[in-house]
Amino acid sequence: MSGTESPRGGSVAAGSASGRGAQGPQSEMARAAIAAGTLPRRWGALYVAEHRTRSMAAYKGTIIATGIGNPVVYLFALGVGLATLVDANVGGAGATVSYLTFVAPALLASAAVTIATEEFSYPILGAFKWNPTFFAINASPISPRQIVDGQMLSVLVRMVPSCIVYFLFMLVFGAVPSPIGWLSILAAVATGMAVGAVLMSYVSTLQTDSGQIALLMRFGLTPMFLFSGTFFPLAQLPAYLQWIGWISPLWHGTELGRVFSYGAPEPIWLTVAHVLYLAAWFVFGWLASRRVTARRLNK
Amino acid sequence: MPAPVIVASDLTKKYKDFAAVDGISFEVAPGESFGLLGPNGAGKSTTMRMVGAVSTRTSGDLRILDLDPNDYGPEIRSQLGVVPQADNLDVELKARDNLVVYGRYFGLPRKVVQQRADELMAFAQLEDKVKAKVDDLSGGMKRRLTIARALINDPRILLLDEPTTGLDPQARHILWDRLFRLKEQGTTLVLTTHYMDEAEQLCDRLVVVDKGSIMAEGSPAALIRQYSSREVLEVRFGSDRNEQVAEQLAGIGERVEVLPDRILVYSEDGEAELNHITELGLHPLTSLVRRSSLEDVFLRLTGRSLIE
Repeated sequence: MSGTESPRGGSVAAGSASGRGAQGPQSEMARAAIAAGTLPRRWGALYVAEHRTRSMAAYKGTIIATGIGNPVVYLFALGVGLATLVDANVGGAGATVSYLTFVAPALLASAAVTIATEEFSYPILGAFKWNPTFFAINASPISPRQIVDGQMLSVLVRMVPSCIVYFLFMLVFGAVPSPIGWLSILAAVATGMAVGAVLMSYVSTLQTDSGQIALLMRFGLTPMFLFSGTFFPLAQLPAYLQWIGWISPLWHGTELGRVFSYGAPEPIWLTVAHVLYLAAWFVFGWLASRRVTARRLNK
Repeated sequence: MPAPVIVASDLTKKYKDFAAVDGISFEVAPGESFGLLGPNGAGKSTTMRMVGAVSTRTSGDLRILDLDPNDYGPEIRSQLGVVPQADNLDVELKARDNLVVYGRYFGLPRKVVQQRADELMAFAQLEDKVKAKVDDLSGGMKRRLTIARALINDPRILLLDEPTTGLDPQARHILWDRLFRLKEQGTTLVLTTHYMDEAEQLCDRLVVVDKGSIMAEGSPAALIRQYSSREVLEVRFGSDRNEQVAEQLAGIGERVEVLPDRILVYSEDGEAELNHITELGLHPLTSLVRRSSLEDVFLRLTGRSLIE
């Protein structure tokens, strides 16, 4: 983008086109173009989200089934089933809450991360490669940045309701003692988007899928679930393995969720650190995705 | 004369050291149907992407609708319809929904988009495929749907990159008919093709592009007049004999071109040349007299065929 400032007439251009062009375009066709560019420049990301959300409708059955099935199955299996074992054995040994209460916010955050890994992996590579809709969108007035932003918004459209449903089931199971427990929804969504944004920035760089995504799932994301204090406190791990939790956004999101859902005791600086760490992941992934996408679409 | 809608001067696109487009200049007038004719790898698609304001030029000057795409990409793209070389319809959406979601990208109200989608499905002769899955459409139908999608914003300029490549003859003719209607309605068409018949059918004016440079420019008829003869006599003597026979044909016609499978004799009167050849005691296996085409122009300009 040229940095030249231009005094350009015409109210249609106001605010939408600062610093572009050496001279103000005067012709009718140029003015018409500038007028037509106003709405897409402002709302483009929403249009992309609208499109992506419609596409998701193609697998809305899966979305609804997993959105309801996941919380029921996991809360029941771990929070009720496994809990009988855990509570019976750990009960007296320092545990302050039931295992169900302990594990529920972690499962909520994991569910958000699962949705993120679904939506920010193959669908992104596909939109560049197998069904290159990103190129189609880019041929319209929409910019690569808006494509990325719209993608993020559309995932939120799936993730937020799914997390709310999950939380409602947590309430039904009696797993949320704290009155501000609902904030754990935000913690989960923040975790999902933090992981998702970074995943998208990586997947966007892939030219072909020769198993990278599957590898990442198997050796990146699955271990993350196991070593992020999801099923047992991080402190139970040997000291030399605890760093996995510290760098894992899922651990930060899970701990944050626990603070909200049952007031898990931790110093305030650590709570702030959880938020900042998740924000850092998200912002890095988001900006990197925008950069990679812009480069890839501008061939 | 009305101001041109596209002005390219010394337009260049380099990938590292390779110049895909190497300093080309052209103008397109409103309502004109303008073609870039050249073989694969000539730089046509790259030029189209620059004109489509999705690929940044390396150097030179480019103005679309009096705007610089470096500064006004979205604004320019709001006025374009783009039919890319490879279909990129959203296969997760039904046929008509592809038009609807795409129309929204131009900031068009839902109501307008719905109405135009119906009109364009009819224009594309896909009324009975409204709810069809994209994957269930034939190649020609997908192409027509892509063109319908490109028209959803009522564009000033329609960019078509190899619009009929890969289609069977019947599908091509249906497509040409639709494009010809757009041309009649005054839509500015810019298309690339490596089919000479397509260029002759659709283009008022064209540039012949090879290796990133423009070799010639003019209307199809003018190019043929300038670079070829009225008629061409094609004779075949068998692939092992063509070269040898060609030596004996020196002096026959205006020019003789030897291809691996046949000999082309350029002349104002093909039949007369065939008589000369027979008088020499040479009897071709097959012979054919035809009008000169853009293929001959290209051959003359580059020494190579369009489709290799």
